[in-house]
Amino acid sequence: MATKKFTLDEFLEILKKYNVEELEGVTIEGDLEIELEGSAIDISAFSSLYALLSEFSNFLYHANMALGYMQRLSAMLGIPTPSIQPAAPQVPAAPEVPAAVEAVPELRIPEKLIEAKFEPYKAEYPASIEEVTIGATKADGGSRDYVVTLGGEKSLAFYTFDAEQKHLPAIAIDVFDRKPMLAKAVRMHYEDVLEDPAEWAKKCVKKFGADLVTLHLISTDPLLEDKPASEAVKVLEDVLQAVKCPIIVGGSGNKEKDPEVLEKAAEVAEGERIMLASATLDMDWERIANAAKKYGHVVLSWTQMDINNQKTLNRYLLKRVEMPRDSIVMDPTTAALGYGLDYAFTNMERIRISGLKGDTDLNFPISSGTTNAWGAREAWMIDSPIEGDTPWGPRELRGPIWEIVTGLTLSLAGVDLFMMMHPGAVAVLKEVFNTLGGRVSGGIADPGEWIFMEG
Amino acid sequence: MKIKSPLEVYNYLPRTNCGECGYDTCMSFAAHILDRSAKVEDCKPLVEEAKKDPKIKEKLDELLELTAPEILEVAIGTGDSAIKIGGEEVLHRHELTFFNPTAFFYDVWDTLDDRAIDERCSRVVEYRKFYVGKFLTLDGIAVRCTSGDPKRFREVVKKVAGYGKPMVLVSLDADCMKAALEEVAETRPLIYAATEGNWKEFLELSLDYNVPVVLRAKDLDVLKSMAATFRQAGVKDIVLDPVTDPLGEGLKGTFERVIQLRRTAIAGEDKDVAYPIMVTPIAAWLIDGDEVTKSYWEAVIASMFIVKYADVMIFRSIDQHVVMPTITLRFNIYTDPRTPVQVEPGLRPINDPSPEDPVFITTNFALTYYTVESDLTSGGIKGWLLVLDTGGLGVEVSVAGGQFTASKVKELIEETKIAEKVNHKILVIPGLAARLQGAIEDETGWKVLVGPMDSGRIKGWLENNWPPQD
Repeated sequence: MATKKFTLDEFLEILKKYNVEELEGVTIEGDLEIELEGSAIDISAFSSLYALLSEFSNFLYHANMALGYMQRLSAMLGIPTPSIQPAAPQVPAAPEVPAAVEAVPELRIPEKLIEAKFEPYKAEYPASIEEVTIGATKADGGSRDYVVTLGGEKSLAFYTFDAEQKHLPAIAIDVFDRKPMLAKAVRMHYEDVLEDPAEWAKKCVKKFGADLVTLHLISTDPLLEDKPASEAVKVLEDVLQAVKCPIIVGGSGNKEKDPEVLEKAAEVAEGERIMLASATLDMDWERIANAAKKYGHVVLSWTQMDINNQKTLNRYLLKRVEMPRDSIVMDPTTAALGYGLDYAFTNMERIRISGLKGDTDLNFPISSGTTNAWGAREAWMIDSPIEGDTPWGPRELRGPIWEIVTGLTLSLAGVDLFMMMHPGAVAVLKEVFNTLGGRVSGGIADPGEWIFMEG
Repeated sequence: MKIKSPLEVYNYLPRTNCGECGYDTCMSFAAHILDRSAKVEDCKPLVEEAKKDPKIKEKLDELLELTAPEILEVAIGTGDSAIKIGGEEVLHRHELTFFNPTAFFYDVWDTLDDRAIDERCSRVVEYRKFYVGKFLTLDGIAVRCTSGDPKRFREVVKKVAGYGKPMVLVSLDADCMKAALEEVAETRPLIYAATEGNWKEFLELSLDYNVPVVLRAKDLDVLKSMAATFRQAGVKDIVLDPVTDPLGEGLKGTFERVIQLRRTAIAGEDKDVAYPIMVTPIAAWLIDGDEVTKSYWEAVIASMFIVKYADVMIFRSIDQHVVMPTITLRFNIYTDPRTPVQVEPGLRPINDPSPEDPVFITTNFALTYYTVESDLTSGGIKGWLLVLDTGGLGVEVSVAGGQFTASKVKELIEETKIAEKVNHKILVIPGLAARLQGAIEDETGWKVLVGPMDSGRIKGWLENNWPPQD
C-alpha cells in the first residue's frame, strides 16, 4: 500500500475546497510535505505538521478567517488542534443561551441534601480486539501444559463496567542464550542460571510465576558469537523440553540474520505455536511471517512508535503473507518511564482506541518490552549524577518500581503481554492485573482509617 | 469548553484589533482563548467596559461561562506557590492535552512531635529532581488532625503554614477544622472532608472562610447530591473524593468510580460532577505488610490514578522509590503532546571550554540533550557539545531509524565550524551510537572515540580516555 503524500499545493487545494478563498499574497517557503496514511498521523511527524498548521492559522487570522477551516482539515487528518471539535457552521450563530443564571445563593444551610442520581455515562465500541493464542497442548499437536490467550477486549483496559474482559494481560520473563548486560538488581535473581537457558527458563516459571518465557537468541548476533541459526535453535529445543509453558523466541535484532534464525526456530518448534519476535519493516518480514504461517506460529509485528508504520506492517502481514488474523501480536515499542513513556503510552492508547472503533489493521493484542525500563538511569544508577538533586535512595528499591510503573502505565493503554525481568516487578504487576481485572476478592474493613491513623 | 469555534468567541470581543492582549487581532486572541493559551480577562477593554456597563458585564460573564473548562479549575494556596487543579477538557491526552498536573501533598499529623513534623516538611519543601532542563518539586503538605484537639491542630497547622506551601487540612471534626481555619484560612487551604455525617458544618465552614472543600462519599449518588447542595448554597470550589479503597475489589471499585466520575462529567456532560478528583494513595498504609510493601503499593495506586484522572493526591511516603517514579510519570502524562520536545541543534560550549577540550555529540531530543548537558555542566567537565538535529529523537532510536548518520554529523561539524575552535580532530560519540564509529571517521576524517552508554559516566570515562594517549 503506497504512502499517500500531500504536497503543499494539494494542501492549499484542500483549503480551497473548504472555502478558504483569500490566499493571495501568501508564500510559504520550503519544501513542505505532509505524509499520511489512512486517517491517522504519524506521531513523530506530528510536531512539524502542527507547526505547519499553526503557520496557516496565523495567516488565516490575518485574513480574518475562521480557524474553523483549519480545524476541519486537521480533524480530517486526525490531528488534534487546540480545539478538537469540528468547527461550528460558519454562520456566526448566536451563542447558546447559557444555563439560567443561578439564583442568588442563600447563605442559609439547607436542612437536607438535594436528591440526585448519578447516571454513569455508557461507552460502547463497535469492534473488539482479536484473540490470539500462544502455545499448543497435546490436543492441538503441541506439548505445552497450557496455552495463553491474549486480546478479546471490547472496551478500554480493565473497564469491566463497560464490557467483560475475558483475558487479563499475561507476563513473559526474558531468558537469554548467553550472558546479557543486566542491571545489578536484576542480575542477582538469575546469577545461578545465567549460563544455562533451560534452567533459567525453569526458574522463571517455577519460582517467579512467568506465564510465558521469551528466549532471546542473542548469540546469533554477527557482532557477538555469530552462532549459526541451526546451532542456536538447539537451545530452543532444550527450553521446550525444560518448561511446559508457551514460548516466545527472539533473535538478536540483527536485520540480516534474524529472518534466518527465526525461520529455523519456527521449524524446530513446529506444532508448539510459539511467537516469533519479531518481524519489522526494515528486515525481511515476509520470510519471518511466512515461516510463522507455515509452521502454525504467531508473529510479533514490531514498529518504532509510529501508528502508521504499525498499520503498514500489519497490512503487509495480512495481505501479502495472508497471516491469519488470530496470529498477529503488535509491539509498538516501549519507552521507559521518564524516557519517552508519554509517546509509548499515547501511541498504544491511540492504536487500541482505533482497533476498538473498527480499524481492522490495528485491532490486535499489544506486547510491551517492559524490560526496557531498566535502561533508565533512575532504575540502576547508584545515585544522581546531577548536582542539586535530592539523593536518589537505595537503587534496589528504585529499579523494580521503575519497571512496575512503566508496565502499569502501558497496561492502562491496553497492553496484553508484558516481557519483563525483575521477579518483584512481575509479582506486583500480576497483583495489579488481577485486582483491576476483578479477580481479587476482599479489601480492607475501613478505607477511611488513614484519616485518623498515627505512625 | 462549550465554545468550539473562535468565531463564537470573536463575537463577544470588542473587534477593534487594539492589540492590548498581546495578539495582533481579536480573531487571533479568540483562537488562543480556545486553546487556552490566553484568558478572556486578558482583553482589558472588555474588562474595563464591563465595570461601567452592566450589559457588557453580562456579556463578559456569558463568555467566561462559555469558555470555562469542562472540569472546574480550583486553586489551592496563595501567591507564588499556589497551585491549580482540575481544569481538564478531555479523557485522553492525545485529544488535546491534560492541563494541570496531579498535585502531590505529603502527610504530617498533629500527634507527631514537632521535630518530626519539621523534618517531614523540610523534605517536602527541599525536594528536587532534575528532569528535562529543570528541577521538579513537590506541591504541598497535608496536615491531619489525629489528636482530636482543636488547639493542637491549630498550632501544628500554623507551624506547617510557615513553610509557605499550599496545604490540605484533614479532619472530619468541624471544631478542629474551624480552629485551623481561624489560623490559616487566608492561605486558602483545601479542607478535607465533608461527608454524609458532617456536611452541614463543613458547608458552613467553606462558606464562612471561603476555602475549597473536598466532598467524600463512596456512593456516587450521595457524592453528586452533596456537590449539588454545596454548589446551590454558594460554594464554588469543590473537589470530589470517591474514596480510595487500597486493596482487592475495593481498589477495583475505586478505579471504576474515578473513571465514571470523570467520563460522566466530560462525555456525559454532567455538570454536577465536573469537579477535580482527589485520590489518597496514603490509604495503602492500611494494608498488612512491611514498609516496602506499603510504599510500593502506594506508588502503584498513585500511578494508576495519575494516568486515570486524579487531580490531587495525599501521600505518606516521601521516599525516592515512591516520589521519583510518580513525579516522573506525572510529568510524562501531563506533557503537552502538541509541543515539540526538541532543542535547537548547533554547538554548545560547556563550562567555558578551551581548544584542548573534548568535542561531544548528542541529539536534539530535549530529554537527551538536557541529560547530557547537565551531566557535563554539573560534573565540571569542560567541552564542546554538538547537538544534532534528529527531529527530536533520542540516540538509540535515531541511530536505528537513520536520523543520526555520518553525513549529518559531517554537516553539523561544517556548519558549526567546530574545527576552528579546537586544536584537535577528535569526536566523542555516545556509546549507543557506537556502530557509527567507522562511518563517521570515513565521512569526516575526524578520529571518533566511543563514549560511555550513559552520559552520567562521561566523567569517569574522561579520566581514562582524555587527553587521548596516541
